[in-house]
Amino acid sequence: MTNHWIDIQNSDCILIMGSNAAENHPISFKWVTEAMKRGGKLISVDPRFTRTSSKADFYAALRSGTDIAFLGGMIKHILDDDKYFKEYVAEYTNASFIVADSYDFKDGLFSGYDPKKKKYDKSKWAFVKDEKGISKRDLTLQDPRCVFQLLKKQYIRYDLDTVSAVTGTPKEDLQTVYEMYSATGQQGKAGTIMYAMGWTQHTVGVQNIRSMAIIQLLLGNMGVAGGGVNALRGESNVQGSTDHCLLFHILPGYLKTPSASLPTLTDYNNKFTPKTNDPLSANWWGNYPKYSVSLLKSYFGDKATKANDFGYSWLPKLEDGKTYSWLDIFDVMYKGEFTGFFAWGQNPAASGANANKTRQALTKLDWMVNVNLFDNETGSFWKGPGMDPKKIKTEVFMLPCATSVEKEGSITNSGRWMQWRYKAANPPGEALPDGQILMRLGKAVQHLYKKDQNAVFPDPILNLKWDYSTHGEFDPHKMAKEINGYFLKDMTIKGVNYKKGDLVPSFAFLQADGSTSSGNWLYCNSYTSKGNMSARRVREKSGIGLNLGWAWCWPVNRRIIYNRASVDKYGKPWDKEHPVIAWDPNAKDGKGSWVGDVPDGGWPPMLNADGTPNPKTKYPFIMKPEGHAHVFGPGLADGPFPEHYEPIECPVEKNLFSSQLVNPVAPTYDTKMDIYRSCDPKYPFVGTTYRVSEHWQTGVMTRWQPWLLEAEPQLFVEMSKELGKLKGINNGDKVIVESARGKVEAVAVVTIRLRPFQIGGNTVHQIGLPWHYGWVHPKNGGDSANLLTPSTGDPNTRIPETKAFMVNVRKV
Amino acid sequence: MSGKAFFIDTTVCMACRGCQIACKQWNQLPATKTYNWGSMQNPKDLSFDTYKLVRFQEHMGQNNKPVWLFFPDQCRHCVEPPCKEAAEDEAPGGIFIDSQTGAVLYTDKLKKIKASTVIEACPFDIPRAQAGSGYMAKCTMCVDRVHNGLLPACVKTCPTGAMNFGDRDKMVDLAKERLATVKPRFPKASVTGLDDLRAFYLLSDEPKMYHTFANVMPLPNGMDRKVALKKIGRSLKGLSREWDLINKLAG
Repeated sequence: MTNHWIDIQNSDCILIMGSNAAENHPISFKWVTEAMKRGGKLISVDPRFTRTSSKADFYAALRSGTDIAFLGGMIKHILDDDKYFKEYVAEYTNASFIVADSYDFKDGLFSGYDPKKKKYDKSKWAFVKDEKGISKRDLTLQDPRCVFQLLKKQYIRYDLDTVSAVTGTPKEDLQTVYEMYSATGQQGKAGTIMYAMGWTQHTVGVQNIRSMAIIQLLLGNMGVAGGGVNALRGESNVQGSTDHCLLFHILPGYLKTPSASLPTLTDYNNKFTPKTNDPLSANWWGNYPKYSVSLLKSYFGDKATKANDFGYSWLPKLEDGKTYSWLDIFDVMYKGEFTGFFAWGQNPAASGANANKTRQALTKLDWMVNVNLFDNETGSFWKGPGMDPKKIKTEVFMLPCATSVEKEGSITNSGRWMQWRYKAANPPGEALPDGQILMRLGKAVQHLYKKDQNAVFPDPILNLKWDYSTHGEFDPHKMAKEINGYFLKDMTIKGVNYKKGDLVPSFAFLQADGSTSSGNWLYCNSYTSKGNMSARRVREKSGIGLNLGWAWCWPVNRRIIYNRASVDKYGKPWDKEHPVIAWDPNAKDGKGSWVGDVPDGGWPPMLNADGTPNPKTKYPFIMKPEGHAHVFGPGLADGPFPEHYEPIECPVEKNLFSSQLVNPVAPTYDTKMDIYRSCDPKYPFVGTTYRVSEHWQTGVMTRWQPWLLEAEPQLFVEMSKELGKLKGINNGDKVIVESARGKVEAVAVVTIRLRPFQIGGNTVHQIGLPWHYGWVHPKNGGDSANLLTPSTGDPNTRIPETKAFMVNVRKV
Repeated sequence: MSGKAFFIDTTVCMACRGCQIACKQWNQLPATKTYNWGSMQNPKDLSFDTYKLVRFQEHMGQNNKPVWLFFPDQCRHCVEPPCKEAAEDEAPGGIFIDSQTGAVLYTDKLKKIKASTVIEACPFDIPRAQAGSGYMAKCTMCVDRVHNGLLPACVKTCPTGAMNFGDRDKMVDLAKERLATVKPRFPKASVTGLDDLRAFYLLSDEPKMYHTFANVMPLPNGMDRKVALKKIGRSLKGLSREWDLINKLAG
């Protein structure tokens, strides 16, 4: 979230699309309800009328996988009807930037496409620079090659008729949503988006969110209270695990994973440190080497020296052009290309797309360690449906671990708040906190490497600092301090003396010369000489709900990021009632200062009180090299503007927007278990997966809770009355749902909450089912809905496309 | 009127069922064996082991858009409970009213009488008997918590403000205020039982759209509702059922 949970209360219009917040983030509805009590409107857009929809002022249905068409129509509406916030768009976004002639878009493809490699040459999407190397701009937004005009051109095709024919949403419903939401383009009004896996789990996942980011920028909704682009994370600590590099392409703090073509630290830092010639651009990522070197010092301590590139050569390197995502891991495992696997706090046999392939992949392993609270479909895959234990060689080890309340530590919520938790109870039996299991494992591996005279490349293991224990136990405070970072020698910065071993007060103090360490620069400021900031518990008594004294928030306790876009060029809040920050010219003895939230940099506003430009200012979007938010986003794998493509499996033969049916750069896989079927009469219905309030993820934690199981006991499939009639299925009947990859048995919930769609003149039915169940427990609960879903996903993130695929349904 | 009351605002209930689960947890009630019966509502009904149940009802509303109504069903803790009246002769003290809160509480003494006597007396179809033993159970208003300064478990867990609890006068004021607020959006909105119950509901639509026993059916002869509750709870419930049947037959 660019904003945070409590801030939802400040919104004038909440769009819930790509999420079902009432069911999957019920606590968020405390703030949605509060916003509505204050007069805010709630819009729910979902293929299915959900518990969220039941509370909305307006509900609109759309076919799964057509969000860009829906949102593209909104962009067109905002532009056609002059609903955009002109000053904001011109000054704070790159709408005014002139794009190079090499950029083009024709019939669904952007320039630079290589059909053989299924890849774009992104250098074609560059901005035009002036003689000083600064991007050229036209603040009137009239230049035909400026981003604003190209945006208009891009979405001219997204008229109501075409959008309705693609999405299945009636035209009048589209119109109502567009009008309600675009009303937040007025100065002082804020609209927010609450999205989740309903947007991300598509072959156009990132571009779904980009579409909304463009809308938010056009309406001036970024940086303001009650605005922002808000991802509702799927687990309480997904934000934390992403920040700390859960994913293959990043190191902690969103530093990039090194690749084989970058043999030295200098190569690496040069590649990932953006440059700008614009003195008004803060270009915060220009500090990259300070963060990368501090991370290496944190990993390797005294062993990391300037002479050895701070141990850069010990980091694992990616092969250039190769991806190592979830889908890839199980593809490679299925091909038998590696032999050992840790399933840690996960249940891949039920959670990942194309679960049959995953389950077969597990049979190719020599060993697997399953770290979890309960037995699950992964640990017991060898005795699952269709498996013959005698023929499976995989040896499975089960390590029981502590639950979140049985250990001390922090979680980082969707709103980026790092909140410390005490330990409430001891774990049962032999269960250990994950940190303790990792410590022991690390020590054991180090010991083996030390002992083995012939060990290959032992350096990364033996040189690890790995000193986060106290009396042999994992010490979460030591770890939290390590993440914050230390001064590694006595030094004086801005007139203040720091001693070796002092905690670094914030990332502005980190150095690229090896004199500081930080396990994650983004968290530097979370544990300082003032103590554990995330353990603070001071509630705000008045104000807009920032709660600056409650827990701690990255970066540097800033509650609403991009907040310098919440003010005009004089530093006055656009919204007087909900000021996030404001410039007080009299503060600090007349030098002036920001008040309110921690500002995105302390530089003064763009204009002085007399209207003259202030040369000391910086543009508000400090993380972008040019200082302006990206309406035109040249960094993504699949194009600088979002474009509608059909899901890999879809019910239509034609994309009404172009002759490019699916995302041209979406990954697919080629084993015999990777089957994709579009417009196949055997699988005529659109399928989607989701969750319910009563269960969590694959249900490993909730299926063993009798009260939750009582409330949602079995796998069900929701379908319309019309489809029920067509297939002779009554409410409560047992049915089989099958795709080209697998099938599940489920109870039919035949309901008016799903309706057939009119898609380009044809009736298209959609069904949906939750993915919480598995064969291990309960006995009649059904199996994972991921047996149906395909191995494909977003080309940027490789998140699987589990929200739109094709199925059949029939009565048992 | 002194004592306590629940105010249940269904206009902000999103059926997360936190209340239903919290009730089971605080009262340590066992889960019953359930199957999906084509509805999210589960268990299907209240039982000796289920004091609180969120009921789900869907119908097609205006502009061809669905309406999904949620009704967190529980004992209304009538100010003058017909169940107590009905049980008094055969099982004196079987049902009593907690003087501090006004909670209507069942005791083991109810074992002495036919469960149907108590069940039939309730116009809201709340009390349930344990098969075999004859013991009866329903919502206790969490008096053990309330006497110790805590909110009832269902109220404590509710994230949106659908479940409210406090001094009855304050709850009445809150209910009236909320009714006035939601009336423009829901013209048919009403609050049930403000005068004679300790659990009243703000409903966005007619009570029967939520649940057959959401409210006592209005009486054709204009009889005082209080009298009706007290004297003819049994026949009222019969009437409610007939009423429902007539409505169904009438389409």
